[in-house]
Amino acid sequence: MVLDLVVPSPQGTSWGLGGTCVNVGCIPKKLMHQAALLGQALTDSRKFGWECSQQVKHNWETMTEAIQKHVGSLNRSYQRALREKAVAYVNSYGEFVEHHKIKATNGKGQETYYTAAKFVIATGERPRYLGIQGDKEYCITSDDLFSLPYCPGATLVVGGSSVALECAGFLAGLGLEVTVMVSSQLLQGFDQEMAEKVASSMQQLGVRFLRKFVPVEVQQLEKGSPGKLKVVAKSTEGTEMIEGLYNTVLLAIGRDSCTKKIGLEKIGVKVNEKTGKIPVNDVEQSSVPYVYAVGDVVEGQPELMPVAVQAGRLLARRLFGGRLEKCDYINAPTVVFTPLEYGCCGYAEEKAVEVYRKENLEVYHTLFWPLEWTVACRDSNTCYAKIIYSKFDNDRVIGFHVLGPKAGEITQGFAAAMKCGLTKQLLDDTIGIHPTCAQVFTTLEITKSSGLDATQKGC
Amino acid sequence: MHQAALLGGMIHDASHYGWKVAQPLHDWGKMAEAVQNHVKSLNWGHRVQLQDRKVKYFNFKASFVNPHMVCGVSKGGEETLLSADHIVIATGGRPRYPTHIEDALEYGITSDDIFWLKESPGKTLVVGASYVALECAGFLTGLGLDTTVMIRSVPLRAFDQQMASLVTEHMAVHGTRILRGCTPLRVEKLSDGRLQVTWVDLASDKKDTGTFDTVLWAIGRVPETRGLNLEKAGVRTNPNTQKILVDAQEATSVPHIYAIGDVAEGRPELTPTAIMAGRLLAQRLCSRSSDLMDYDNVPTTVFTPLEYGCVGLSEEEAVARHGEERVEVYHAYYKPLEFVVPERDASQCYIKMVCLREPPQLVLGLHFLGPNAGEVTQGFALGIKCGASYQHVMRTVGIHPTCAEEVAKLRISKRSGLDPTVTGC
Repeated sequence: MVLDLVVPSPQGTSWGLGGTCVNVGCIPKKLMHQAALLGQALTDSRKFGWECSQQVKHNWETMTEAIQKHVGSLNRSYQRALREKAVAYVNSYGEFVEHHKIKATNGKGQETYYTAAKFVIATGERPRYLGIQGDKEYCITSDDLFSLPYCPGATLVVGGSSVALECAGFLAGLGLEVTVMVSSQLLQGFDQEMAEKVASSMQQLGVRFLRKFVPVEVQQLEKGSPGKLKVVAKSTEGTEMIEGLYNTVLLAIGRDSCTKKIGLEKIGVKVNEKTGKIPVNDVEQSSVPYVYAVGDVVEGQPELMPVAVQAGRLLARRLFGGRLEKCDYINAPTVVFTPLEYGCCGYAEEKAVEVYRKENLEVYHTLFWPLEWTVACRDSNTCYAKIIYSKFDNDRVIGFHVLGPKAGEITQGFAAAMKCGLTKQLLDDTIGIHPTCAQVFTTLEITKSSGLDATQKGC
Repeated sequence: MHQAALLGGMIHDASHYGWKVAQPLHDWGKMAEAVQNHVKSLNWGHRVQLQDRKVKYFNFKASFVNPHMVCGVSKGGEETLLSADHIVIATGGRPRYPTHIEDALEYGITSDDIFWLKESPGKTLVVGASYVALECAGFLTGLGLDTTVMIRSVPLRAFDQQMASLVTEHMAVHGTRILRGCTPLRVEKLSDGRLQVTWVDLASDKKDTGTFDTVLWAIGRVPETRGLNLEKAGVRTNPNTQKILVDAQEATSVPHIYAIGDVAEGRPELTPTAIMAGRLLAQRLCSRSSDLMDYDNVPTTVFTPLEYGCVGLSEEEAVARHGEERVEVYHAYYKPLEFVVPERDASQCYIKMVCLREPPQLVLGLHFLGPNAGEVTQGFALGIKCGASYQHVMRTVGIHPTCAEEVAKLRISKRSGLDPTVTGC
């Protein structure tokens, strides 16, 4: 049985079966990112001889309608899949009332009780609010953006997370005026050199960054779709106050686990007080043996959809299929789908230095110019590739970073190679596919320690 | 030019994503100029690099006088004799012309010419089944030109045949006319300047004609060894292929004369392979290393409208080498997320991983048909170099949403007979 009732966002947005990824995450995000990339393609196409008119406008409603149509089809396909496997789908909100028993409340408030031998918690997370005046009334989050029935207009994105930067990126790509307000680090937890390069590439596209500020109040000046909002913000380093006017304020300051109102305390499932996440062992079991957890609610695991799916699949096999395989979380690759995409697998450089020490590492890097950018007259020194080797075991690759087009497509195979113990020698021995961006990794020659110029020359 | 064609497709997609744009016309001249300017900048870049490294560059046509001496002839006809301790031949190849067709040279062009045309080639007949033929036909179609490909027997002969047929199927569905089992007999010039081609269908023996603005021969390449006077140096070639015979050190039958790249026998005809072979040779000659070139598992990509990236063995090669019982093929038909909004046909988007059946199921070959195939394949090629097994790939967490993650999600084997279509998000 699956229980999945979505609590509407403060703005009233709700959605169907499939979780965050399908409805308000990866899928609509990637489609909006694609819409923005296509805008860039229109600009490039002129250089390649296509007689495209100079000023092309974007229609938000056309895009969201198409995206929601696809999301709807995914909701339905999941419902169908559950039916086909004879899994009962109950569109209700579940919470524990006692051991092995839950109360399910549907949208109309009707309560039903169910018991089961085993339970899996996969309730995920929801966007965090600032806790300031006007935030819930006037601000939207990623929960609302992908089905927003009107164009958001000039937008202030609050936050430095991958969600913040991805949204800011595609909004700018669609032709909107975008500002990003970050209180401290960008892409916390990621390689900071790469994070700064991501920000820099976004600035090149016209995104404005307000660093080290945090909003203290949001006021509505005008109602509308969109309306007009005034944001008052305070510096995190001093007493400076700034004000700004925007049509939309999008909060992307992090996500909180949905573990507070599902009765976990009634059955004694331990929850980390600080993070709200559920600690589990290596077989996804919580502190209560018959309760398992997968996905973003789980403590200490990457918040990635494929990780959740893999964990869930292997759990099912272990519980019912007599299999023993555990989920391997090591070196889970990830990609930030900013206009210029950033893919990575393994250690950030600063983390590698912390764990291995600088003298035991070698970092190879290069700037590169995608062939498709040459004729399009796009900058030759923006895209960047970096590999970190550990001198310990045979120059094994422990960190892979790429900033460039199609970073996701590039990174996947490298992640598989790292699983197989990729070393520098093997990288050097492998022939590149020409002409691609990915091939740049097979000819890395310049180390950071040499101090040499990392710009590319020749074909 | 493939990118120019892809951009045309993107403009079409863009309107589905909300961009208010009408399908525009394409100006060949503008594209050609931009492409040619970039190529010229690369020519220049190479000259600068040679200069920086103090390598003397002679714009001469060279041929052997004896094993240690070469005669270089300039454009003006002046001869210069040059001698050296080591000589490297990297003269590559040139497109082949059909010998049985009169005036093939005068009336047809090749890949040597197509990228330098100042004006659109118009309605084009591409003769050939090589990746050159299919790539050219592909981008010409994408630029809006009426394009036909004439294939005598099978497309992409040296490649996995299931993948090759999906490649051509995609092209046929998307506007390229494909004439299978046909071969041209004659090319005649009409009074209006257009070309009339007569061909025969080999199965039925029926003849047919067609009128085209351009005929593009893409029936293979011949190594540039004829004008080198190799016999004066004692360098031996394969009498069938005309390519230069080399050993694992890239040395020819004459120890101090080497050959690398497309001109060398038994080497993959790929740029990065030639570059790496040259680089390693240079290091060996300067006694910096003794590393030899590894020609196994060289990845490549065919840049047809739907790209095909591959590394390792084709399914038929794997079966021939190991036997059908010892090979397991995992496969999937998938749909790139970006295709859903513009409702693009994804029928040929397909992945196949050929493995040994015995655990841990070593990966013998990977075949990916879809957008950005080159970018997808590169990393997996590294994996194969590292001895990747099916287990390794399956334990790799996917990056979502991408096309590449579908490789890490391959579960259905051909042997199971189950439907390999990916469902769900």
